[in-house]
Amino acid sequence: MIAMLLAGGQGSRLGVLTSSIAKPAVAFGGKYRIIDFPLSNCINSGVDTVGVLTQYQPLRLNTHIGIGIPWDLDRNVGGVSILPPYEKSKNSEWYTGTANAIYQNMKYMEYYNPEYVLILGGDHIYKMDYESMLDFHKQKKADVTLATIPVPIEEASRFGVAITDADKRILEFEEKPPQPRSNLASMGIYIFTWKVLKEALITLSDQEGCDFGKHVIPYCHEKGNRIYAYEYNGYWKDVGTLQSYWESNMELIDLIPEFNLYEEFWKIYTKSEVIPPQYISEHSVIERAIIGEGAEIYGKVYNSVIGPGVVISENCVVRDSIIMKGTVIGENSTVNKAIIAENCYIGTNCELGVFDEVPNSWRPDIYNNGMVTIGENSIIPDRVKIGKNTAISGGTTIDDYPRGVLASGENIIKAGDRV
Amino acid sequence: MRALGIILAGGNSGRMQELSDKRAIAAMPVGGSYRAIDFALSNMSNSHVQKVAVLTQYNSRSLNEHLSSSKWWDFGRKQGGLFVFPPTITNDNGFWYRGTADAIAQNLTFLRNSHEPYVVIASGDCVYKLDYNKVLEYHIEKKADITVVTKEVQDTEELNRFGIVETAEDNRIVNFQEKPLTPSGNMISTGIYVIRRRQLIELMERALQEECFDFVKDILIRYKDVKQIYAYKMDTYWRNIASVNSYYRTNMDFLNKDIRNYFYKEYPDIYSKIDDLPPAKYNPGAVVKNSLISSGCIINGVVENSVLFKKIFVGNNCTIKNCIILNDVHIGDNTYLENCIIESRDTIRPNSRYVGEEGKVKIVVQKDDRYSFG
Repeated sequence: MIAMLLAGGQGSRLGVLTSSIAKPAVAFGGKYRIIDFPLSNCINSGVDTVGVLTQYQPLRLNTHIGIGIPWDLDRNVGGVSILPPYEKSKNSEWYTGTANAIYQNMKYMEYYNPEYVLILGGDHIYKMDYESMLDFHKQKKADVTLATIPVPIEEASRFGVAITDADKRILEFEEKPPQPRSNLASMGIYIFTWKVLKEALITLSDQEGCDFGKHVIPYCHEKGNRIYAYEYNGYWKDVGTLQSYWESNMELIDLIPEFNLYEEFWKIYTKSEVIPPQYISEHSVIERAIIGEGAEIYGKVYNSVIGPGVVISENCVVRDSIIMKGTVIGENSTVNKAIIAENCYIGTNCELGVFDEVPNSWRPDIYNNGMVTIGENSIIPDRVKIGKNTAISGGTTIDDYPRGVLASGENIIKAGDRV
Repeated sequence: MRALGIILAGGNSGRMQELSDKRAIAAMPVGGSYRAIDFALSNMSNSHVQKVAVLTQYNSRSLNEHLSSSKWWDFGRKQGGLFVFPPTITNDNGFWYRGTADAIAQNLTFLRNSHEPYVVIASGDCVYKLDYNKVLEYHIEKKADITVVTKEVQDTEELNRFGIVETAEDNRIVNFQEKPLTPSGNMISTGIYVIRRRQLIELMERALQEECFDFVKDILIRYKDVKQIYAYKMDTYWRNIASVNSYYRTNMDFLNKDIRNYFYKEYPDIYSKIDDLPPAKYNPGAVVKNSLISSGCIINGVVENSVLFKKIFVGNNCTIKNCIILNDVHIGDNTYLENCIIESRDTIRPNSRYVGEEGKVKIVVQKDDRYSFG
């Protein structure tokens, strides 16, 4: 079985976090990137041939994956291959949909000529044994197997829902039904018998924006293929919105987290660029936190996830926040409920996440819950106050802050693609 | 680079007490995330020495495990690479390495089959950063036969562990005493040498014939008047860890900001084997002051002025002061540790108490069953 990992999405609901990197490359859990989870699942499940389909801002993904050394995916045969869209003699196009992206890489799959193809997304946090899903697929003599997870019935209308018979064969599939008749939600993970996939992709090749959930699965269903629902009962977390991203990071801090990274079994691998231990100073206070390698803590950290190489200077107070790799927080600054991306510099005597909450003036659907979101490589000058539900991206100067203040609900976007 | 590297990593020392029971000194964990040999290996890699031989002998299991892949130091190359040479029985030799010179002499084939004109010899038990190219340039400029890297040490307490060097004005070594009882100075040999490959082969062939086995006694001291032996004076941080006290102090040095930054943040980096451990976790009850904490640690108690290596579990209500805790240690609740070195893979029972003295740390080796108590 080979895996095709769809990593081309922007993940626009993560706002400025993905303004210059693809969503699967976003840092997670004080050390990892989101794509480490499916990649580690692959190698832990014995899947050692993985095509990673990239499209949106792939630089960070490319440098992170490299030749796959951290996941033992540097192989003589197989291993990891990065598959960007490419020019063809006619009909050159971007990846227009999930299935279209796979279709455009038909040659890659034909080269390996596998029996089965595993289709994965790059935007969930979970540990899953794809091999036992494959066993299920074989046992049921299925053509297509969908990974599903039971969700509370009142939430089922947010997902694609599978209605199955007693044998787990899917009778009907409903995309975001207002009145769900089942609580088995599709996880966007599929195993196809290669011949079935190939036939479906070729038949649907003219379909605009060809998508697995919208086109391929309904097509296979209509054709009478054997489609089964594999039930997964572990931790599975979508990190597609700032709120869910923040929550799932915070869950790692729990005394015994539901998603446990400390088990010997089923390790999660990542490219470790920082090796030294972290230094915790004489005057620091740390209460409930996870902290990455090489970080230096001189101030106070409460209930936060701190990435590798981060510096929290003297007299800082960081609360309920996620601070990613290489960011420096200047002295005497206070950070409340913020997500600060990689390599930012926050000046001295700043206050982040203050004032009363006001809905975001630009994208209230993205920036909410009172959070401050700062994109990578941003600079915040000394002595500014930044309100809640705000977004900042790029090198800001004191001139961007009238009277040294960014009011709640306001934004300063000076870098990256405007979402 | 025009040199190949040889790292002498076979050594053991009674001065390491129980710590060397299960590993060669070169495999000792240092600075939270590293092993002693990482410093020599990273220096080789950062000096663009492409071909490095590690000579091992004493209990090399732990060292071999650390060196199981050469990719971490960038030695996974078609040209050159990392070679590990334990002693082997051959047609004409059935001995262990009988000394530093003998270790090299028994691997003459490696030297003969190489084409690099020079050899950098280093030991695996020292903590330092050094660009060997600078030593080589100096070696060529001085038209030296052998160049010895030397270091002036301030701490005179352990001078009798080292070779003491006296130089003339032009830095030529005029006197060399090995481990003298009454040291005549504080300039010591760091055990880092640069020598022309053909010269080394010649010296080694002769040493084999004469049954001389020690590089210092039988080469440096014996030849000091015949050959041009020069001292390259190093003025940056350098420590040898081959005694319990210096091992303890060297690790504690990393709590000093300047030393920490020198190794952790300044170019060039020190590389090590990657362990894929999660970030350190601080649970309620954790109070950490002036300490280094490595990845995979879970802290529930008080830690002060200590260095915690990887994957340490500190239970509730524990107090740990001035300690060095090696990899993968489980410390049960209500434990008190002060001035101790806790051996790796130890399991400390709840309610334990181990206290060493300042200047005379206690080594704790405690192999209880980890999962038999709650």
